[in-house]
Amino acid sequence: MADEVVLLDFWPSPFGMRLRIALAEKGIEYVYKDEDVRNKSPLLLQMNPVHKKIPVLIHNGKPVCESLIALQYIDEVWNDKAPLLPPDSYLRAQARFWADFVDKKIYEFGRKIWTTKGEEQDAAKKEFLDCMGVLEGELGDKPFFGGETLGFVDVALIPFYSWFLLYEKFGNFSVEALHPKFIAWVKRCMEKESVSKSLPEQEKVYDFVMFMRKKLGME
Amino acid sequence: MAKSDVKVLGAWPSPYVMRARIALNIKSVEYELLEETFAPKSQLLLQSNPVHKKIPVLIHGDKPVCESLIIVEYIDEVWASGPSILPSNPLDRATARFWAAYVDEKWFPSLRGIGAAQEDEARKAAIEQVAEGLSQMEEAFQKTSKGKDFFSGDKIGYLDIAFGCFLGWLRVTEKMNGVKFLDEAKIPGLVKWAEKFSADPAVKDVMPETDKLAEVAKIIMARLRAAGASK
Repeated sequence: MADEVVLLDFWPSPFGMRLRIALAEKGIEYVYKDEDVRNKSPLLLQMNPVHKKIPVLIHNGKPVCESLIALQYIDEVWNDKAPLLPPDSYLRAQARFWADFVDKKIYEFGRKIWTTKGEEQDAAKKEFLDCMGVLEGELGDKPFFGGETLGFVDVALIPFYSWFLLYEKFGNFSVEALHPKFIAWVKRCMEKESVSKSLPEQEKVYDFVMFMRKKLGME
Repeated sequence: MAKSDVKVLGAWPSPYVMRARIALNIKSVEYELLEETFAPKSQLLLQSNPVHKKIPVLIHGDKPVCESLIIVEYIDEVWASGPSILPSNPLDRATARFWAAYVDEKWFPSLRGIGAAQEDEARKAAIEQVAEGLSQMEEAFQKTSKGKDFFSGDKIGYLDIAFGCFLGWLRVTEKMNGVKFLDEAKIPGLVKWAEKFSADPAVKDVMPETDKLAEVAKIIMARLRAAGASK
């Protein structure tokens, strides 16, 4: 029986990008459905009634919600190619820890950089850049967090790069200037087709957010 | 494996620490509980969890594992010959992880919200939220237990652990606010489950007594109110 895979997503979402990358890495064919998050489809509301959020992976009609949970699901079901989590239990725990760190820190501080001002923004900027440093430390000399190839943490983290132009313009900083090692890792990831085809252009994300800010009267 | 090879750095009132201990109990793994001192945080805690500086930390050999649900999965994988904690089917695993995340990100914060509420209106709203969340969990229980005693079926598993660890605090909140959350009329499945879970051999020795927890709760609430009032 052929697998039916549908991804409910929203093109600027870093969480959706994670699943696009994983599906591409594993060579899984799927139907991509872009949601208008301001006008959610009946399918989305049916598939994720608890949170009503994207991304939702729908596999043979059954939904899997929450991006890191869906990443693990993809890794467990399509376990014949491009493993995201390593076989060693301790390294798996480490990978899960750092992916959780990305969720708790990168998204939150990044968001605050373009949604707040003054002291709150300064604090968010500092925390964000501190995180870059911590992640560089965790990466060490490895080409990827997953070692020689893209792993769970790489897939969890790289999507936020598409939002960096936005963060840098609002925060008035350059990640490359302050954390060149981090950007070197970004460039290695972007060389992979699974990544470059899954991330929108930074300018497109920036323009979209600026448009939304005007619409929501945030200017 | 020698007892000293497995340590849990934690504190008895913490539901998150309970998760690690229940998982080790399920696997019949002997461990040493190191009670964290706090104020100031111990050197061991700062060294073994430099990123978050939080308990629990599982120290296996000399390797630290942090974040309670990650610890539970690690325990399940390392001591694979013991009873399984996570389901074997990927969709069931995703479902269990989903509800555990819901409990951590939505439900327990709403429970804490009751204690942190400054006025009656806020307190009432928080109580409503907790009750709604429990209805949600009742539905999840009916679906995943498939008529058996636990979220995981015949024996306690990942979601039972993830949610059950908060029962002590739920009971304390009931007592201190004169409200009944574990109401057989509203959430019959969960009420039965709560009793069975609390009596489970892997749980009963690590479930804190409600009265003892109430003492801790009073101290925490006083601190929260002071913090809120000084803003």
